[in-house]
Amino acid sequence: MGSLRNTIRRKVTRRSFVAGAAGFAAASAVLPKTGHTADELNVLVWCDHADKKLLAPFEAKHNIKINVKTYEGTGAAVSIIEQSSPGDWDVLVIDTPDVPMVVGKGLLAPMDESTLPLSDLLKPLTSAAFNHVNGVRYAVPEKFGYYGVAYNKEKVNPADMRSAQVMWNNKYKGRVAVYDYYFPTMQLIAISMGIKPDAISMNDLPKIREKLLAMKPNIKMVGDIVSVQNALVNGDVDMIINGAEFVVSGLMPTMPQLDWTIFDEGGLMWIQGLSVFKDSKKKKLAFDFVNHVLSPEGQGALATSECYWAMPANKKAVLSAAEKKILRWDEQAAFLGRSVPSTIGRADIDSEMLDIWTEFLQKK
Amino acid sequence: MSAPGKPVAANIQFELSRWAVHPAIIFTLVFFIIPLVAMVIISFWQRIYGKLQASWTVANYEKFFGRDYLLEALYNSIEVTLLTLAISILLAYPLAYILAYKVPSRWQRFVLILTVLPFWTAYVVRSYSWLLIISENGILNVALIAIGLIDQPLEMAYGRGATVLGFVHFFTMLLTLTIYANLVQIKASYHKAAADLGANPLQIFFRITFPLSIPGVAVGAFITFVIAIGDYITPQILGGSTEVLVPQAIMLQIARAANFPMASVMSITLMIVVVIVYFIIGKYLKMDRI
Repeated sequence: MGSLRNTIRRKVTRRSFVAGAAGFAAASAVLPKTGHTADELNVLVWCDHADKKLLAPFEAKHNIKINVKTYEGTGAAVSIIEQSSPGDWDVLVIDTPDVPMVVGKGLLAPMDESTLPLSDLLKPLTSAAFNHVNGVRYAVPEKFGYYGVAYNKEKVNPADMRSAQVMWNNKYKGRVAVYDYYFPTMQLIAISMGIKPDAISMNDLPKIREKLLAMKPNIKMVGDIVSVQNALVNGDVDMIINGAEFVVSGLMPTMPQLDWTIFDEGGLMWIQGLSVFKDSKKKKLAFDFVNHVLSPEGQGALATSECYWAMPANKKAVLSAAEKKILRWDEQAAFLGRSVPSTIGRADIDSEMLDIWTEFLQKK
Repeated sequence: MSAPGKPVAANIQFELSRWAVHPAIIFTLVFFIIPLVAMVIISFWQRIYGKLQASWTVANYEKFFGRDYLLEALYNSIEVTLLTLAISILLAYPLAYILAYKVPSRWQRFVLILTVLPFWTAYVVRSYSWLLIISENGILNVALIAIGLIDQPLEMAYGRGATVLGFVHFFTMLLTLTIYANLVQIKASYHKAAADLGANPLQIFFRITFPLSIPGVAVGAFITFVIAIGDYITPQILGGSTEVLVPQAIMLQIARAANFPMASVMSITLMIVVVIVYFIIGKYLKMDRI
């Protein structure tokens, strides 16, 4: 189970730079400004749920207003919830590895699987153990993506990008950026060595360290999402390791030279889910909203959100041909077949990983 | 009750002054002294298996000073800061001198405004703006290639050079202000007297102007040192994390591992460096001269 520390770290690093300002606003204005009346639904979500194209159809259908509060990490969400009164919030978007932790705080309502379009969702996601606690479902996956490689296909050989060996390929010396998030990067290296992320032990770390440090000659810079995007767009690097659709998909409609993929050796997934608050006074409306987001139309809007693009969980998501191409929609079955979820490791392993990461950054 | 021999008005003024200082004392106590003491205490604790253990140990200090890649962050910070300082002073001094002695007084205010313009933009924006200039597809490379000076873009972004560039851009302006403020206080009569006694312009500069301007340089240099060595944004954005400085190492410990004890050790080390620098240049720090 991911601790609060891990959830803060996990979410802050992945999305803080795309959600930052909005998240801060959420933290500083805890309660919905308009209060909680019969014609409103209060949702605590990531920035990709704030688009009108996602919310307006539901508001129009139910003649309600959706009050959206965005946050930048499960830790921040829990903090907001703890400063609110029970029943203030109706729907929560959550990183699925954090579901057991939030359930442990008694915040989430059990979900009746018969009311959810589970058969429409991609199988590997619905079977993910994270959504259940003691056999009861508390979250349903709505969107996912990968840690892989994003690149400029005018500068690299796309065939090279399919192999994790590209991380050490001399051809790209000094042309590589790394998205600054240590444990997925090291888990990717582990996968390239045939070690599954959840099986990484202390004994594996010296080998992973050696491979990580061996990457350094290829590395031009290490940075957050905005920084690595800038480096790729400005031509300072040709690829971003540990990046994928969440880094470049939103840019690809206007920058068709950008692309992304996962490695043949295996992909590393992140998954976000929807939950309903146990104390919600509008559970029916909240579950209707969950179903709206999971609907083909809602999934299309969510996948191509202005904040960041990623794969919809629903295989029937309404996407244009161009959007499907950008999201490599036709390849998802194969991608999912060789991908595993990124998991939060044991505290001692995690601490050692951070030390190795610091050493990697410092290496000349 | 008024003190014997003192006028009542003076006593009231004294009492008011005494009470007026209390908010500042309370503020300093709450927001500086107590957090500082807490940081020192926490630096002797440990984070084990994801939990803070309030057991007294010097393990964090041993780790910081015992691992090359952590100690190197301190060396990097000091090197980058000293390099920034040296270049900034070399650029700022002539600028301040020209401003104080060569620019007509009616234009000085306007030039001063131009000097402080960089302060009007946000730090993060300024750093990202530099990337637009020095990146491979940036304005500078495009211009150099267009005029035929180079045929391949220069690699300027992401590294120590870019970090120092970002720092120098900011701190040259700061140092210019402190040095200028000091130079304009030097009485013109000193220069005239020296000239009357036969000193040439170089002698006047090295024997009168420069020695008297050292407090302005010292104050600017100290402020520059304190801000630069503790800065996180510039090395993170322009440096591209190709090397780790102490503020970045602190952020790694806090944001990624919530390891406040280790972060405290690093912060205290940084503070000790600043205190040492203060004692080295303290005798030149005369705030009344700027």
